[in-house]
Amino acid sequence: MNQIWPIFKREFAAYFATPLAYVFIVIFLLAMGAFTFYVGRFFDNGIADLSVFFGYHPWLYLFLVPAIAMRLWAEERRSGTMELLLTLPVPLWATVTAKFLAAWAFIAIALALTFPIWLTVNYLGNPDNGVIVASYLGSLLMAGAYLAIGACISATTGNQVIAFVVTVVVCFLFTISGAPLVLDFFRAWAPLPLLTAISSFSFLTHFSAISAGVIDLRDLIFFFSLIALFLTANVVIVDLKKSG
Amino acid sequence: MIEIEGLTKRFGPVTAVNDLSLRVAKGEVLGFLGPNGAGKSTTMKMITGFLAPSAGRARVCGHDVEMDAIAAQAAIGYLPEGAPAYGDMTARQFLLFIAEIRGFKGTVARARVQSVVGKTELEGVLDQSIATLSKGFKRRVGLAQAILHDPPVLIMDEPTDGLDPNQKHSVRTMIRAMAAEKAIIVSTHLLEEVEAICTRAVIIDRGQIVADGTPGELLSRSRYHNAVTIAVPEAQRDTVLTKIKALPAVASVEGAGHDGLFVVTAFARKSALLIEDVSALAVREKWDVRELRAEAGRLDEVFRSITTHDAARSRASAA
Repeated sequence: MNQIWPIFKREFAAYFATPLAYVFIVIFLLAMGAFTFYVGRFFDNGIADLSVFFGYHPWLYLFLVPAIAMRLWAEERRSGTMELLLTLPVPLWATVTAKFLAAWAFIAIALALTFPIWLTVNYLGNPDNGVIVASYLGSLLMAGAYLAIGACISATTGNQVIAFVVTVVVCFLFTISGAPLVLDFFRAWAPLPLLTAISSFSFLTHFSAISAGVIDLRDLIFFFSLIALFLTANVVIVDLKKSG
Repeated sequence: MIEIEGLTKRFGPVTAVNDLSLRVAKGEVLGFLGPNGAGKSTTMKMITGFLAPSAGRARVCGHDVEMDAIAAQAAIGYLPEGAPAYGDMTARQFLLFIAEIRGFKGTVARARVQSVVGKTELEGVLDQSIATLSKGFKRRVGLAQAILHDPPVLIMDEPTDGLDPNQKHSVRTMIRAMAAEKAIIVSTHLLEEVEAICTRAVIIDRGQIVADGTPGELLSRSRYHNAVTIAVPEAQRDTVLTKIKALPAVASVEGAGHDGLFVVTAFARKSALLIEDVSALAVREKWDVRELRAEAGRLDEVFRSITTHDAARSRASAA
């Protein structure tokens, strides 16, 4: 347990040791702004809430979170530090957790830096700040789920490009699993319960429920259990790779 | 302190390490030799728990590496091949990170780092990022990291690779200084290193141990063991050759001219000590001797004769 902290610190500092952190944060904020104000026509709506802003989060995360996740393990494998890290007396689950938490904390910082838009709506009108807080929480949880998927996939390869592309595809399927694009593929042959199960994996559904201001325990459990599932898979994959 | 039993590693159809058994006790410095791809690194990766063996097991200080990995790894200091380290960190940050993971805190951690930095002579580059360090310094950062917690077992994959002769010397001095208190395994390509620091040499080829003994014992397998080399002026070449060949203890003779001198190497029959006979002969014959020495044996020649494919084939046909 007490070894999570040093690994977390090292990982977190590593983002800021290279331009990666700054490039990511700047692009994250620019993209958020561009979508909200230009594509989403934030001002023209004339409504003092952030639903337009949060509506784009799943789509931005779809590309930005895999960019963070792809290096988590692939980089260690490529540079050989994996051998150093895994021969230190640290339980594997602690290493996996520490790496995930560091990346998640980094995304949380990027997300927190969108606060000016929250100040803006409060200046322009009287938004429901409870809904906004819930939306931020939901957004962070969803980012965590994307990240856990990406970390798990990164562990399977030493190639960051492969890790990125596969993660984007898998995350995309999770995002829209409630949409016809995915469901039509199963509708012809899959029984209804399976269809319902697949559509219930949709990030969009769970996220929009939270960002509507309804913090349903089931939505929280969904994201947390998805994170737990993929981190467990991450541990298993790293362990399996030991067997060559 | 290190016990390996029947350790085997298969990668698909390839058997990298084949039923290897070995024990290393405290105070031993075991030199692990073998051609590239013989399975040295793979064996070390299994002892340190980075790779899981396909069969067999390894124990370090009584802890099974697979069952009780954390305890085993806590007892090991490991320098992996190529001395990997996080390039974005400075040497100081990296060593403090390792110290913290190894369970040292605050001033104790700093004192530990201070002490290994002194031993590995890293003072000058402590605040440089590791990515910018030269190969020699990187290697020493890796060494510092491995000995930071003063482990009872030290496993080093080519610790002196990429170091200049002075640095090699200081690393070897360091290893010798620690040897009495630890069980050490060092893999190397450098045969002179084995003679310089190892109390025991194990040669592996295709995943199996083909020789195991003190460097002296391995040397005695050499054709050059107890051979005598004598240099005389070119003019005396024929008499010297015939007289030496006539000595009863001499098995064969090789000679070559060199800068006006003729250098003869006489190979001894089994376990015969030649040097006395040859020097007595030289005095008796009043040869103009420019050089006379007994050969201890040549490790590289032993190495080649055991690990080449021809040798493997003849071993197979003999068996």
